[in-house]
Amino acid sequence: MNTEPLVSVRTLTKSFGHKVVLKRISLDIAEGEVVAMIGPSGSGKSTLLRCMNHLESPDSGCVLVGGAPVGYALKNGELHELSDRALSYQRRGIGMVFQSFNLFQHMTVLENIVEGPIGVLKQPRAEVYEHARHLLDVVGLADWADHYPSQLSGGQQQRIAIARALAMRPQVMLFDEPTSALDPELVGDVLEVMRTLAREGMTMIVVTHEIAFAREVCDRVVFMADGEIVEQGEPGKVLAAPQHERTREFLRRIL
Amino acid sequence: MSGSAGGKPCKPRQDGRGDRAANGRAAITVPDDAPIFSRRQPWTPVAAVACLAILAYIFWSLSQNPVIDQEVILEYLFKEVTLRGVAVTLYLTIVSMAVGLVGAVILAMMLLSSNWVLSGLARLYVWIFRGTPLLVQLIFWGYLGIFTPNLSLSLPFIGTLFSVPTAQIITPMIAAMLALSLNEAAYAAEIVRGGILSVPRGQVEAGRSVGMTQFRTFRRVVMPQALRVIIPPMGNQVISMLKATSLVSVIAGADLMTNMQRVYSQTYQIIPLLVVASLWYLFMVSILTIPQSWLERRYGQSTARSTPRRKVRRTVAANSRATGLVGEEK
Repeated sequence: MNTEPLVSVRTLTKSFGHKVVLKRISLDIAEGEVVAMIGPSGSGKSTLLRCMNHLESPDSGCVLVGGAPVGYALKNGELHELSDRALSYQRRGIGMVFQSFNLFQHMTVLENIVEGPIGVLKQPRAEVYEHARHLLDVVGLADWADHYPSQLSGGQQQRIAIARALAMRPQVMLFDEPTSALDPELVGDVLEVMRTLAREGMTMIVVTHEIAFAREVCDRVVFMADGEIVEQGEPGKVLAAPQHERTREFLRRIL
Repeated sequence: MSGSAGGKPCKPRQDGRGDRAANGRAAITVPDDAPIFSRRQPWTPVAAVACLAILAYIFWSLSQNPVIDQEVILEYLFKEVTLRGVAVTLYLTIVSMAVGLVGAVILAMMLLSSNWVLSGLARLYVWIFRGTPLLVQLIFWGYLGIFTPNLSLSLPFIGTLFSVPTAQIITPMIAAMLALSLNEAAYAAEIVRGGILSVPRGQVEAGRSVGMTQFRTFRRVVMPQALRVIIPPMGNQVISMLKATSLVSVIAGADLMTNMQRVYSQTYQIIPLLVVASLWYLFMVSILTIPQSWLERRYGQSTARSTPRRKVRRTVAANSRATGLVGEEK
């Protein structure tokens, strides 16, 4: 197995206007690791996640996934932004689940899932459909294949969104507050699917407010505040005995 | 009524019985099977009858009017000159609409571009073509030969590639198409832009996150969803366009209106021939609304909550299935 980290954030800086959102963040994530990123809103955790997919472009520093800088090509020590095509190619390996699901509203559940593998990866249809049905089974929605997203509850939509990302067989899955837009009673089903994924060894980076999930499922908790990583470590340590006042304050407020 | 209702609510408190508080007006007993009568609206039918009477009178007086010669109408309704005009009108509408749509999509993308030169030029285009009367634009293209007698293409170092008299290329038909489609592009660009803007940003991000290129995301994700918003006003545009083709008569465009004018300028049967033209325009508009409703149904599917596109199998069984990793909701 590779000892190199699968995802490596190197001194990443990002600002929106005058507001510095990420301040020289560095973070390594090993293959198979499940990392929870927690912190108050506005702390930069979502922006960091979006940089890992080049949905945001950093001001300086970079993110390496599988050893290659995301969104850039290294030429003579300079990072040059990739062409649209090359960037799309790179994104195939990085799955993303959004807070607001973002299912393609004009496609059925099944069409949502097969769109990437057939349209982008050009995989054989029969194989893709079989895989899609299997994934629907995994997320527990095998009978909803022909429904449209608007006919599904938020929890169901989010599970479909996870299946859609998985259909690309990504190396790493990014979750951007996957349960924040859900009614409390629907959160459990989504977390259950994520728990299964974690068990199967998927590398996952999860921006979340679900402290219980972070404690139970994640290998590491990263606490961010004001664009910096304040502390990180095993969930048992960080969540039970936080070293920093900011972490303690945050956990006190959220629990 | 208000007196009794105002006085009664005090009573339950006076006799101090809690369970009677809810029906403080219990003094009235309503029979279980009391028949219910809706409020009467006697003036609605009166108004309806009055409207019908006025309409009937208008039709009657029109049918009695010697100027509206029904024989002339019937004679010209299917005459060759009429039918040829109808064909030209339809042809003009379809071609101008198609060219206008292509222009509209390009203009909309320019309008939404982050490059201010591109968006500025598109805004300038829309400003000019929406801001001047279509009639003026038609005449301008129709009489282009006055400004530039020859159309020529000259390149530096190579010399003149070709040069032809403007009148030879810009026939009335071409001038009409140019004017109509350039004008249509300006109007439709705003509609297309609105449609594109109606698709949430997250849809693009989702498309990009499964490895789609920008163009593919636009074609597969944004456009199909934008169409749902674009089609209804675009149907309006088609109808406007169909009738706007009648303006072509000012540059002798050979459309339905031009042909009718040409006939009645000789026969002086102005009103009957205008009735013929109107009947045909009404007919064509009615026909054109059919594809619109078909398209609306096609692109509105995903929002029709109650009817999934294909029959859903085993929906009931879904609830009893407990083999999955996750329990079913609903």
